[in-house]
Parts: sequence; C-alpha cells; structure tokens
Amino acid sequence: MPWIPRGLREGIVTSIYPGRPDGYGVGFRGAVVVDPEQHDTDPGLQSAIDACPTEAISVANAGPRLDRGRCILCGRCTQLAPETFRFDPTFETSSIDRHHLVVPEAAEDDLGLETLRSELARRVRALRRSVHVRHVDAGSDGADEWEVAALTNPIYDVQRLGIFFTASPKHADVLLVTGVGSAGMLGPLRHTFEVMPDPKVVVAAGVDAISGGLLGVGYASRGGIGDAVPVDVFVPGAPPTPFGLLHGILMAVGLLPTAVRGGSQRE
Amino acid sequence: MTADETLSSHSIGAFPEVVAGRINRGARFCGLFASTRGDDTQLIAVLAENGSLDTEKVVVSAGAGSYPSLTSRVPAAAWYEREIRDLFGLHPDGHPRLDPLILPMPSGSARPRPGSGVATGALELDLTPLHVHLAGEGVFTIPYGPVRSGVFEAVEYVVETPGETIPLLRTRVFYKHRGVESRFAGMSVDDGVLLAERCEGVASVAHAIAFCGAVERLAGVDASTEAGLVRVLHAELERVANHLDSTIRHTEAAGQAVAFSRFSLHKERVQRLRARLCGSRFSRGVVVPGGVAGPPALDATEVRAAIGQLEAGISADARLLLATPSFVDRLRETGVITPEIAHRYWALGPIGRGSGQSEDVRFARPYGAYGRLGHPLLEPRDEGDALARQRVRLDEIDGSFHLIRQAVDDLGGFGDPDRALWRRPLPDATGETLGWAEAPQGEVLYLVELDEGRIVRAKPRSASFHNLALFSMAFPNDILTDFAFIEASFGVSIAGVAN
Repeated sequence: MPWIPRGLREGIVTSIYPGRPDGYGVGFRGAVVVDPEQHDTDPGLQSAIDACPTEAISVANAGPRLDRGRCILCGRCTQLAPETFRFDPTFETSSIDRHHLVVPEAAEDDLGLETLRSELARRVRALRRSVHVRHVDAGSDGADEWEVAALTNPIYDVQRLGIFFTASPKHADVLLVTGVGSAGMLGPLRHTFEVMPDPKVVVAAGVDAISGGLLGVGYASRGGIGDAVPVDVFVPGAPPTPFGLLHGILMAVGLLPTAVRGGSQRE
Repeated sequence: MTADETLSSHSIGAFPEVVAGRINRGARFCGLFASTRGDDTQLIAVLAENGSLDTEKVVVSAGAGSYPSLTSRVPAAAWYEREIRDLFGLHPDGHPRLDPLILPMPSGSARPRPGSGVATGALELDLTPLHVHLAGEGVFTIPYGPVRSGVFEAVEYVVETPGETIPLLRTRVFYKHRGVESRFAGMSVDDGVLLAERCEGVASVAHAIAFCGAVERLAGVDASTEAGLVRVLHAELERVANHLDSTIRHTEAAGQAVAFSRFSLHKERVQRLRARLCGSRFSRGVVVPGGVAGPPALDATEVRAAIGQLEAGISADARLLLATPSFVDRLRETGVITPEIAHRYWALGPIGRGSGQSEDVRFARPYGAYGRLGHPLLEPRDEGDALARQRVRLDEIDGSFHLIRQAVDDLGGFGDPDRALWRRPLPDATGETLGWAEAPQGEVLYLVELDEGRIVRAKPRSASFHNLALFSMAFPNDILTDFAFIEASFGVSIAGVAN
C-alpha cells in the first residue's frame, strides 16, 4: 500500500518524444558531426585519421567523412581536429541504409534510399498500432542491454507508443540485435529470426552490431550481425542511447513523425 | 601496496604443491592465468596476502602440453583451468570436469593463444562435447538460453531437475566469447584502455582503472591526486548504477511494479548524471593511462546538489523496499551461498560480503585516491542469501555517496583546465605487472605485459568470471521459481565472464 503514493510522488516524468523534441542531451556525446569545408586548413586532420581506433574516418575528394557505423564516440578526432569534427547531442542518427551512416552524405548515396524506404514501408504497414520487439544479444559488452532495458523505465516508457518487449520470437515483429556477432550466437540468432512470422524487421543496435566496433573482425567476432540476419535499420552509438534505440525502432516500423524522421546529418 | 615482481619459478610437478601451500598459510587465490613464452606457455597463479598481490609462475614446455591440475587442491582454480585449456590448449591432468567453458573447439585444433603474436582466422565451434548427461532417473533437463525470455545478455543455463528442485545446474557462457584477449595484442595503451572499457561494459570504469593501474606501474608514474579523485567519482557512480540494476531485477522478479519503476527512474538519473559529467552514460573515456581525460563538466555545487537528490530518493525507497514483506520474503533464504563455500572459493564483491567475507579491494589494497578517503563502515553479513546480497548492495550505495562527497570536497574547484594536472605523460614501458580495482561486481584484475609501450598481452579477470563459478552452488534448497532472484542477486555480466 505505501508504494502507491510513492509512485505518484513525482508526477509525470515520462518523455514527450517523439511527439515533440526532448530537452535531454545538453553536453551529451550523441554523434560526431563533420565539417568538410575545413579540411584544407585543419592541421590536425591527418593525426585525427591516424588516431581513430576503428578507422572510421576516410578522406574523399570532397573532404573527410566519418562512418558512424564504426565510430565508438571516443572523441579523439574532436580534440585533434576540432575545426572538422565536433560532438553533437543528436541521437536521431539511425538509417535504413548502411551507406547513410557515413557523414556528410555524398549525392551518390541517395540512389537506392527511396526504394529501400518504400519497400520497408510496404512491409511494415500492418505493424503500426502494436509492435512487439524481441531482443537478442549476439556478443555485446553488456552495456547495450542496459540501454535496451531502459526503454521500459518511466522516462522512456515505450509501452505508451504501443511498443512491447516479448519473450517469444513467434510474437515478435522487430528483432533488436546487440553485439559484435560472436561465433557462438550466430546460430541462435539466425534461428530466432527464422521462427519470427512475416512481416518482420531487423534492427542492428549499436556499432558493435553494425561493424563489430572496437572488436572488429577476429577469430570469434564476425564484425557485426549482417552475415547472420538481413539488417533493415542501423542504429549507431556505442552503446546506442535509449532515445537512439527508440528512434531506430520507430523508423523500422514507420512510426516516426515527419518532423523527426532524421536518418541524415543536419547542420 | 605494489605487486611483487619477483619471479619464482618452479618445476611443473611441484607447482600445485607450492600454490596450495601458500593458500594454507593464509594467501587468497585470485586467479590462474597463462601467457605465451615462444612456443611454451607460462602459468601465473595470482595470490593476495597481507595487502599485496604476488605471483607464482611455472613454464610448461610446448612438448609437454599438459600440467598437473590445481583444482583438486584449489577448487577455485576449476574455471581458470578450463579457460586456459580453451584458449591455450594446455591440458590440466586430473581436472574433475573439463568441459569447454568459453571456446568449445574440435579436439586437436589450433587454439588462439592470445599474446603469441600469431593471428588466428575465424574459428568454427564444436558443440558436440556439450551434450547433456542426466544425473539420475526421473530427472529431465531444461536448457534455458542463450536467447533468454526478456532483455538479458546471452547465456545458457542447463537445469537438471526432477520437477521442482535443482540438483544440478551447468552454466554455458561461450556464446558470447568475442576474443577480447587476442584483440588486445599489439594495441597501444591508449587504445587498450578503450578495449578494457568494453570487456565488461557495465563496469567500464573499474576495468579502465585496473588496466591503467598496471600500465602506470610499469611506467613508474602515478596519476595525480586530482585525477584519482575524478576516478573515484566515476567509479562510485558506476557502483550505484550497478547496485540499482540488481535491485531493479529483484523488484521485477517479485512483481513489485511501483518499486520497479522507482528504482528504474533512480538508475536512469544516475546514468544521466554520468553523461552530464563526461558526455558518456557509462563514463567511457574518463580514465586514461596517466590520469583522466579532464575535469568534470559540472562544478562541485552542481554535483553535490545532484548527489543529494539522488541519495534522498534512493534511501527513502530502499527503506520502504526492505519493509515490504512480499518483496523480502522472496529473497530471504533464497540462493544461499554458505560462508564455508564463500571462503573456500574466495567469493568476491557483494556476494562474498553477504556471506561473511570482508575484503574490499578499495580499502584492502587502496589504489588511486581511495587511500586518502574515509572508509565507509558497512555492517558485516553472513546469512549468504539473496536478501543479504541485496542489503549489502543498498549499504554500499550509501557508502558510495559518502565517498563521492569526500572526493568532491577534496577536489575543490573543478575548473582548472591544466592538462598536466589531469593527465601525466607516460614513458614507453616494458615489463609485466598486475593492476586491480573493486568493480561493483568485486575485484577486477589485469595482467598486463608491455614491450616499449605496446601491449603484448592484457588479461582481464572480472569478478563476474570468478563469482559465476559459484552460481551452481547457490541452489541447495531452492526451486525453479527462485531462479530469477538468484540470478539477479549475483549481478554478474556475462560479457565479463566470456570475454
């Protein structure tokens, strides 16, 4: 009985996202943004490229680009080449196209995006009112699971959006996968995917699941989950934050309001 | 308070005798590790005695391929010997149960041998040695995992049960093995600390401190007092978050919906405070070799205010939780680790401290700034059940706030951007030593070998690894419905076990 007033004590603490932007994130390392204009004058650029522990930075004709699917947000580039790289609190960095995680985007990356988007939208049309998510750990460092579990805390409270976690893959619409794709989990992951009914969507949660992160490709790490299951939505972050995960799940099932559709870097 | 570097070498035959003899004279067994010496393999037993760590070493030649098992004399060595067999292919003769632990492979196949400098391509696993052998008539098995019912790390528990009790339980952690130890080889120490943070992601700070402690010892440079205090601030916030997580899992298993929401809210606030202090919800990037990346992003007044609010909210809810019979009844006498077992296996962290063990590395072997901070007095407990572990964790949350306040007071103004104050430059060092820290799960050890500043071998040993070996002993009187509570009360991260 004494728990009832305890539960009411603080009023409503739940976020208003995605209806309106959430103020959380000031000073937060959400993503690295790139200003390619500076590349001729930034003396630290080469040392930033050399210092990146996951080789996420490349240089093309138009200047430096950073692959958020590999970036573990260590921040070295923002210190060594602050004119080119800086942290931004944005968490709306998910994309349905692996190439779109490389920022800033190049024009040729847009070619297949509309096709992908309409194909995904057609597939998930039936899922919009109630979405059941099955999480599978495929070799995470353990932090990703905390962020996934946080989605049910009173601040994110994803049930309010019709999103539920389910124990049975046979009830699941979304397969949310964390981890580097460890050799031992490839079989169980594939099996989980196979028994999920159609239509189904796969979300790769975090750079570990996208590229293997700092572990990369080794004798036990397969450099992400892409070889085991077909990924529909890529959520950067190391680990991805609860808001980042929420953005990715909403993108997967076509529930993002147009105002926060994101998926590309906005300066 | 430093690791003793003297190298005592023994013949293989005498090795178990030497280690067991040290333990009989009062040393604590902390772990058994391996590293390569050319084609040969060196075994390193780590022992704690009189407030310091030291090692006993023996070289097993490539031709021998086996050594006499320690496990019959030192039961706590069982998992370490299985791990060494999996990663190095060394066979411990006389081991009572040598099932694969973290890397099941076809017999005779080449092993990764981390630190050998030989790269290994993708390995195929061989799951055939893991077939279930039933222990008796009328017993059936329930394989639980590795895809769990809920948001959990991947692990498989094979429960053998006649229907309700759990006479036998096997733990299979290899699903998550990522090859972390091999990845360390060849890295710079600056990259190494990033990997250390990802060995056991929920204890990033403790792993980074233990790794950097070893690196700094080899370089002969101590982090500044100010850097040590910032490390304390983040390490204690990490402890609070982990202990809240264990509490959340308990309340969820007990169906305490409001308590679940309340403690989830507290944990989220701790994670957000950490992000405001350093940009990362897991305090990543704070601890670096030579100190910390920089001063906290909040000033002392803001930290004190945030800590005060957190502490008031958590302690009020903790008091109510421990006065809620429908919660307490599920934990009392559930999952008992007797003081005898805890002592024989040197249970670490809150599990040990709920079962009569008292060692806390923060104060037994003070590192960083802990030596200058007052020791929060914790009530000793020896009931050994899930409730005792819950009480230990709630007491430790109080203790952490106490330490944070002292650290913030000692730091004074945070604003000094002088880089030298926060991070001291390290010379490129060569040698091998140990580093340690008290993670929320218990003592973390790092065996680090450097060659002119490059990592030859870094071997993390999490408390989760050491403690999970005791999990199968926690079901003397328990039934299947107690499982969730016992698992939550252990509070281990499988990432830190399987590496």
